Amino acid sequence: MERRTVFPGRVLPLLLVAPQLLLTAVFFLWPAGQAVWSSTIRQDAFGLRSVFVGVENFTDLFTDPLYRDSIGRTAFFCAAVAGLAISVALLLAVFADREIRGRGWYRTLLIWPYAIAPAVAAVLWLLVLHPQIGLLGRWLNRHGVAWDYKLQSAQAMGVVVLASAWKQVSYNFIFILAGLQSIPRAVTEAARMDGARGWRRFRTITLPLLGPTMAFLLVVNLVYAAFDTFGTIQALTGGGPGKATETLVVKVYRDGVVNLDLGSSSAQSVILMVAVVALTLIQFRFLGRRRAD
Amino acid sequence: MATLDLHGLTKSFGGTSILAGIDLALADGEMLVIVGASGCGKSTLLRLVAGLEEPTAGRIILGGQDVTRTDPAARDIAMVFQNYALYPHMSVFDNMAYGLRIRGLGRDDIKARVGQAADLLGIGALLDRKPRQLSGGQRQRVAMGRAIVRNPKLFLFDEPLSNLDATLRVQMRAEIRRLQRRLGVTSLYVTHDQVEAMTLGDRLLVLHQGRPVQLATPMEVFARPADTYVAGFIGAPAMNLLPAELLGDRVCLPGGQVVALPSPRHGGPAITLGIRPEHVTLQPGGLPLQVELVEPLGSETLVHGRMPDGTPLLAKLPGAMPVPDRVEVAITPGELHLFDRETGRRLDG
Amino acid sequence: MRTDWVAHLVLCLGVALFALPLWLVLAGSTQPSAAIARGELSLVPDLGGLGVYADVLRAGGRNDTPVWRMLLVSFGMAMCIAVGKIVISVLSAYAIAFFRWPFRGLAFGVIFLTLMLPVEVRIIPTYSVMAGLGLINTFTGLTLPLIASATATLLFRQVFLAVPDELIEAARMDGAGPLRFLRDILLPVSAANLAALFVILFVYGWNQYLWPLLVATDPSLDTVVIGIVKMIGTETQAEWNKVMATAVLALLPPVAVVLLMQRWFVKGLAESDK
Repeated sequence: MERRTVFPGRVLPLLLVAPQLLLTAVFFLWPAGQAVWSSTIRQDAFGLRSVFVGVENFTDLFTDPLYRDSIGRTAFFCAAVAGLAISVALLLAVFADREIRGRGWYRTLLIWPYAIAPAVAAVLWLLVLHPQIGLLGRWLNRHGVAWDYKLQSAQAMGVVVLASAWKQVSYNFIFILAGLQSIPRAVTEAARMDGARGWRRFRTITLPLLGPTMAFLLVVNLVYAAFDTFGTIQALTGGGPGKATETLVVKVYRDGVVNLDLGSSSAQSVILMVAVVALTLIQFRFLGRRRAD
Repeated sequence: MATLDLHGLTKSFGGTSILAGIDLALADGEMLVIVGASGCGKSTLLRLVAGLEEPTAGRIILGGQDVTRTDPAARDIAMVFQNYALYPHMSVFDNMAYGLRIRGLGRDDIKARVGQAADLLGIGALLDRKPRQLSGGQRQRVAMGRAIVRNPKLFLFDEPLSNLDATLRVQMRAEIRRLQRRLGVTSLYVTHDQVEAMTLGDRLLVLHQGRPVQLATPMEVFARPADTYVAGFIGAPAMNLLPAELLGDRVCLPGGQVVALPSPRHGGPAITLGIRPEHVTLQPGGLPLQVELVEPLGSETLVHGRMPDGTPLLAKLPGAMPVPDRVEVAITPGELHLFDRETGRRLDG
Repeated sequence: MRTDWVAHLVLCLGVALFALPLWLVLAGSTQPSAAIARGELSLVPDLGGLGVYADVLRAGGRNDTPVWRMLLVSFGMAMCIAVGKIVISVLSAYAIAFFRWPFRGLAFGVIFLTLMLPVEVRIIPTYSVMAGLGLINTFTGLTLPLIASATATLLFRQVFLAVPDELIEAARMDGAGPLRFLRDILLPVSAANLAALFVILFVYGWNQYLWPLLVATDPSLDTVVIGIVKMIGTETQAEWNKVMATAVLALLPPVAVVLLMQRWFVKGLAESDK
């Protein structure tokens, strides 16, 4: 995409773009390079000597059942969060798009949660689901459910999925609503004249026209679930019990910062970087347009 | 106020030629209209003069100075855009004052100039409004006001009336003409509308696919079009162009009829004969015409007909009258235009 | 027109889904911590407990660090990131959209690549870079790495590409050079986008967790989000009412920003490309 009208001059644009390029070089390229370098090194037990081991860190990771578990766990987590967050948002957006009284209020009340920090969302849900303190947590225990996500793996995963998805609904809601509103009224009206009502119209007209928006949100949600949920998970379960909620990014943190295994965590970082770059490229190449126009 | 001279102005892009060698000399205070169909290069020519694009070859001399490589801001030219291009976040006053502020004029100076221009255009009451609060005609006036306050050497108009509705267009046309005459600023006006061209220009430059086809006064272009393109472009409804044969002082129409010429012409035998619809009159005993469609306009009646051999012919008859299925018409001999059939160029006697 | 009961029901449930946890925290913050720990947290606030907010602001964090200082750090961080990122991105997007220069494509590609490289993916190497630059435990270290990424640049590039040609041409004819055009015309015309992006970036900066956790070991540099998690600590010692009060305080500024600028924010977010 290009502009037809541009300004002449070469020095000025270079000066203007320099700050960002500088910051990018220092805080993205250099660390990325360092990560790649560190991923080829292994330190001895005391952290005193480093040995170049080439791709061994990577092969170790991929043959490590713990890492593979982590990948699977993350995949499940991401899919669950994305699926939940998008479907709830879709439901709400469809109804918020209707001509009802108080539409503006409903929208405002569904948009404000965008501002909640992932970590704070976790705190909120902790206070709801905590086995001893939380309103819902206590209620469950009183009614015969052995509720303690600190001890039960499946419950822990459920809790972090819930809190993470809950936080993301607002963002999706805004986009889906905008997408619904960008469907020209003439199209929906033509469909109604053709006899398509309710669910059918939704399935055959609305959803396909929302396609680009949904595809975009899917990628964004997956990336959100993979990375931005660190605070949520940390605050709720810390990655536990054991490794039950240890997603890939939590693992990078644990291995790198807590266990100080530079080589392995760098390799994990590199793998994550490659995955994200690939996802970004896919999104742009194949999912180009976000709107149905 | 200044003279404008263009020498061999050329623009090509990639391998395509957009403008092929334009030579032009505008007198001080003259309004030249550049007219042609879409894609003929007229906007490009205007933008080259403005300095918004660089020519591939040629020179632009404004007021005796070569401005071919000068930045637009330094050329002392003002432009009125097709879509007005008003700064949406600024008031009318600020829109008009912006160029003056950049040039460092004092506040009082600016206020005086803007006030004068606003009075001239009748927009004095709108100075505090924003563009989105104005109608199309008002915006166009502000756009002109912005150009006027600059007191430039040259005005450039880029199809300024095409976004206005018909009635407004007629009104604004007259205003632009009045203003230009009054201010006496040399002007280049680009349009695809031949009515604007005829009424606004001191002279017309007809462009066809980047080439200059005719440069003359409106009446000359109308009465003696230089080729079939100009003939078909100027005048509404368009001139009838029929294949025919020239034999000395006679023209043979496709259906076999012969028309005598006032004097013999050189050229031919294969020619294109041009006759304007208003010069096709009802004449009992004349050329038979099969009527296909009648369009009553009130002041005139357009008759779409076919000659015996099938060639279409359009007649514009005065007044309102019922028209039967078959009529007989005559072509005024003095109003015939002859063009070489291959080149399309006018054949003169 | 009949009332659409289904819509109202669904939407009310949706609103409640978000409002209830918030209410719970609000109400809980006014109740005594011991009662909460015993499991007596109720939805009814105790108006007598409102004093907890003053307490917390003065000295509520772990080791009694004042929450007001944490709020200040969070605010400073959010503002720096929002403003810094906007400035840098506007300049870059302007350079990329309005000029032609060698390696322009390459520069854009490099900036673009960083688009979805969140800080979580590069934490450790970025940390060592910061250490090398001596920026650990500094405010600069908190904010600088978060300013660099490309989202805002892409958005502005999109906006700038869509500006009508004639506007620029008119400005050039008026005598405006590129910088004057940027200041007098482009920025005012893009005001809504700037506002929307401010909201997005302010929230983004305020809500950061992982990076501030790593970079700042000095408690005086704790953001309020970090402070809350630290306050929960081992849970057995947590003063729950204070935790909840701090959570409410942590929520207020970003929510206020979103609500106040909601219209621009929604417009900007929905029109932004990735």
